[in-house]
Amino acid sequence: MDLNAIWFLLVGVLIIGYAILDGFDLGVGVLHLFARDNHERRLFLNAIGPVWDGNEVWLLTGGGALFAAFPVVYATVFSGFYLALMLLLVALIFRAVSLEFRGKVDSARWQKIWDWSFGIGSLLPAVLFGVAFGNILRGVPVDAAGRWVGSFPGLLNPYAILIGVLSLILFTMHGAIYLSLKTDGALRNRMVRWASGSWMAVVALYFLATMATIFVSPFLFEGMLRNPLFWVLFLLLLASILTIPAFLKAARHFRAFLASSLTIACMIGLSALSLFPRLVPSSVDLAYSLTIYNASSSEVTLSTMLIIALIGMPLVIGYTIFIYRAFKGKVVLTSDSY
Amino acid sequence: MDAVFLARLQFALTVGFHFLFPPITIGLAWLLVIVETLGWKKRDEVYARIGKFFGKILGLTFAVGVATGIVMEFQFGTNWAEYSKFVGDIFGAPLAAEGVFAFFLESGFLGLYLFGRNRVPAGVHWFSSLMVAVGATISAFWIIVANSWQQTPAGFVMRNGRAELTSFAEAVFNPSTMVRFLHTVDAALITGAFMMAGVSAYLLLKNKEAEIAKRSLKISIFFGLIVSLLEVMPSGHEHARQVARTQPEKFAAIEGLYTSQTGAPIVLFAYPVDRPPALKAPVEIPGLLSWLAFGDVNAPVKGLDEFPYDEVPPLWLTFVSFHNMVILGIYFILVMGVGAFKLFRGTLWGSKKFLKVLVWSIPLPLIACQLGWIAAEVGRQPWIVYRLLKTTDAVSITVGAEEILFSIILFGLVYLLLGVLYVYLLVKKIQHGPEPLDKKEVFA
Repeated sequence: MDLNAIWFLLVGVLIIGYAILDGFDLGVGVLHLFARDNHERRLFLNAIGPVWDGNEVWLLTGGGALFAAFPVVYATVFSGFYLALMLLLVALIFRAVSLEFRGKVDSARWQKIWDWSFGIGSLLPAVLFGVAFGNILRGVPVDAAGRWVGSFPGLLNPYAILIGVLSLILFTMHGAIYLSLKTDGALRNRMVRWASGSWMAVVALYFLATMATIFVSPFLFEGMLRNPLFWVLFLLLLASILTIPAFLKAARHFRAFLASSLTIACMIGLSALSLFPRLVPSSVDLAYSLTIYNASSSEVTLSTMLIIALIGMPLVIGYTIFIYRAFKGKVVLTSDSY
Repeated sequence: MDAVFLARLQFALTVGFHFLFPPITIGLAWLLVIVETLGWKKRDEVYARIGKFFGKILGLTFAVGVATGIVMEFQFGTNWAEYSKFVGDIFGAPLAAEGVFAFFLESGFLGLYLFGRNRVPAGVHWFSSLMVAVGATISAFWIIVANSWQQTPAGFVMRNGRAELTSFAEAVFNPSTMVRFLHTVDAALITGAFMMAGVSAYLLLKNKEAEIAKRSLKISIFFGLIVSLLEVMPSGHEHARQVARTQPEKFAAIEGLYTSQTGAPIVLFAYPVDRPPALKAPVEIPGLLSWLAFGDVNAPVKGLDEFPYDEVPPLWLTFVSFHNMVILGIYFILVMGVGAFKLFRGTLWGSKKFLKVLVWSIPLPLIACQLGWIAAEVGRQPWIVYRLLKTTDAVSITVGAEEILFSIILFGLVYLLLGVLYVYLLVKKIQHGPEPLDKKEVFA
């Protein structure tokens, strides 16, 4: 494996890390829209209260890593997705401040405003990440000079929207499973029901999305059946997604959470594998695609960044686990809570 | 509408607004390390309550800082695509390093610090306060690295139509990184000190929780005096000398020096006009600029006339923001000096007028930070990377002016709302005052 391929893998790991960790935050935000009373809403908020910030850092670091390793992709895609990205950023801004602002004023109206802002600020990113991903899989309008030639409405095509709905439901399921770990009694049972319901939708949508992909982007499947890595990821996906309902039924919520994390990882992993070595397929002509070679930084930068990642990431993972362990168990509301 | 102008306006808006929050967070984080250390060592409840109270202010500020900071990570790509391609080989690395080495640390441990007082042993809780401060400071380091590389690029070679990295160490420790890092972080410490001092003064004036207010005021005044002194000498002085050496146009602009001369004067006061370039009603001390910059009253200093007309920064903004920053810097020393003197004499608690001055001084360090940033960034124009790439050549070609205008209006409205709500909630929190500890937090 050369440096460029290693960086493809590392950016993929950051995206997967983000999807697993902030994925449940976004899911909790979506479920927050359906919470029944103030107490429930506070439980939801405080279930992610101490950790959501750190989870979002995966996105920031992913953005930074993409900039450092594949600046052409960073520049082309982000300027191309301009308005969509601005919308995403505003949504993330509102989600972040809603958590902090909501509990600061003792008024039902004030809290209602921030409940909606938090819910929509979570729902919109959950959809938009899928839409962006769908557009990448479908191929984006990049010309021979690696320049964007598309438009904003073009991003809202049926295929991308299908992937957007899939990611919304996937994160909702993931969030419901996380909440079943963090809550108790009747509320937990309801979360388990949410998780089971969205699980069925995920399975159906994933099947539908795969079929659609065969028609929309047949090039993604070239040589896949002969690739052993494909089979490994595929079987892992099957195993993880099929065990989720069993774990939920047996009240093994943590295992269900691991299985749902693995499901997310495999889904993204499979898409990444089918893209490789392309990063952004061109819908104008596949030959214009941005790849890990024509869009990358120099070898000096890639190897420097690799050293940074090898020093930094084990530390990050170490203290992240430590912090999660400190907040293990059911949510308890105190005077420090949101 | 001019897309370049709009893109610059948007960047100025988003980074300027964002930059209101990190200085408060960094400053307060270090002050909280002091408070938590005292609390842990002395097992004294008062410190725990100070920590909890200012911790909430830190949390609120951090949330808005994070929310507005997300935009920063992406807008090089959205608005400055040509820049991103040109410098991506170098500029992306510090941003990624900031994530890996700083953001994770800061945000992870902030959660533990704010919500973990009951959950983890006192030592671990203390450690989390330290990691928040360390993380915030490392974060500042990598951002300053990226920005300093734009000011004084190093460790690269022009190849394949872009700047390619040759030495990471040289790029990171380029000629301006360390002085600018120390100057900026010290500015953040001043900001935190004035925040804590002003809030404590307010509590004293309202006769609320006097015990807590006195202790936090004492800490913040001592701390504030030291960091305010350091900011001018040696930090500000060394920074100015570095600019004189490495960016003579910027130096000439901030000091208002039009013509190259030996024995250059320092301009204490003047009103600059851009067309034709001139200083009106200047008050000068002859020779002092030469001496400060190069250690010799007769040393020659380059003036703006030395450089091509289209390669010098706009004068008015650079000059005015720099000089007002310096005035504020001196004001901070005076205020903290008077505070320390009154503390020493034992008259501080009763000096109502001085306490009011402290309250109203809370926003001033933030203004100084903004002014310093304007002087630094506008003083770099017309270059986005000094003498390598012009700002006009750096914007996204594929993004239209109307799209940028739309996002400026969008962010303008959102930030206006956030700014108003932040101030409202901050004032509310301060008026409410420190809370009692939860049962478990009380030391046995």
